[in-house]
Amino acid sequence: MAQVSSVADKQTTSSKSITLRISRYNPEYDDASRFMEFNVSYEKWTTVLEAILEVKQYFDHSVAVRYSCRQATCGSCGMMINGKPRLACFTKISELDSNVVTVEPMSNFPIIRDLAVKFERLFDTHHKIKPYLIRDDTEIESDEKEFLQSPEEVEQYIQFANCIKCGLCNAACPTMATDSSFVGPQALAQAYRYVADSRDKGKDSRLKMIDESHGIWRCHFAGSCSQVCPKGVDPAMGIQLLRGYLLGFRS
Amino acid sequence: MTQDENKEGVGGMINPRRYGIERVAYWLMRLSGLGLLAYFIGHIYETSNILRGQVGWTELLEMTSTPFFHIILSIVIAMCVFHTVNGIRVMLGHGGIGVGKPSRPDYPYDPASQNYRHKIGIYSAIVLAAVAMMYGLAVLFGE
Ligand code: SF4
Ligand code: FES
Repeated sequence: MAQVSSVADKQTTSSKSITLRISRYNPEYDDASRFMEFNVSYEKWTTVLEAILEVKQYFDHSVAVRYSCRQATCGSCGMMINGKPRLACFTKISELDSNVVTVEPMSNFPIIRDLAVKFERLFDTHHKIKPYLIRDDTEIESDEKEFLQSPEEVEQYIQFANCIKCGLCNAACPTMATDSSFVGPQALAQAYRYVADSRDKGKDSRLKMIDESHGIWRCHFAGSCSQVCPKGVDPAMGIQLLRGYLLGFRS
Repeated sequence: MTQDENKEGVGGMINPRRYGIERVAYWLMRLSGLGLLAYFIGHIYETSNILRGQVGWTELLEMTSTPFFHIILSIVIAMCVFHTVNGIRVMLGHGGIGVGKPSRPDYPYDPASQNYRHKIGIYSAIVLAAVAMMYGLAVLFGE
């Protein structure tokens, strides 16, 4: 049963308030998750993360939530906010346009506790696609000069280098919702990031890695990953461009 | 789905409400694919009745010439048209065609791959499927 508490009395400056519903679940003790409800006042600029921290400060410090930068840079605070994956530090309560804000752990990620989820699988798949330049020489050996690129060559991949590994794309993906082995949009977009980098020579090995039954062919271009990405990475575009290489549309 | 993995499962996969028309198209594509597979199996069974000779064949034709089967057939027409038109859109997208060009993203980060060309493709597939279905209904229930 939901527990209702109010922290509105603690604040005097704001007139507006919402009901914040926080999913509580500890895999060690609980059979199922349950919601706790809190009445939280907010300003136009208050983020969901700030509201959760208010709850921790004034009512229940045991609410588990992960965050660090508070500015959409570290990728720690992804969670389901009113049913969609979002960064809690990048989502203002006012923009949700709802009197009830429900926060749940990010879908398709195992729960550590409450709103904190395990990222091991995302990091594993990211690591699997070899997220570094592959080539025989190094910048240091080549007379200590950097590998030069034209601005046009940089444009080919820089968008995908914006990825902060927050996992929102994997939480929105319909294939990830049912397939535990799918490599996922985050890793596939990163595979494209390196394949499209003119300094990289590892294209063939990367394409081989993703050309498998739970690899790129499981993407059906639903595009939900791109719709939730908070950094404009557009993984769906990267994945289709990557598939273009495998289908012979690109070389 | 286990609580361990916290996967959304089939319910989350087919939920068409959260991610716009592209997710609806994804869902309709899957549904129409399964529907056409079921029709294909039924169709093979139906046509195999010809082995029973003219009497068996006529019997089957009578059985399927009912309003219920006419409605089923009209839905099959709609599924067929949607699956074909949307399939062409998705195949082009899969080849990297019409998904936009990489560029430095600017806030509010509208994804280039979810562009108007694809939206027009999806709405066209839905409209053409509806028109084909209405035509099918008019022919089957005409006279
Ligand atoms: S592609 Fe976007 S949504 Fe996915 S992990 Fe990277 S920044 Fe997050
Ligand atoms: S706290 Fe770093 S991205 Fe939200």
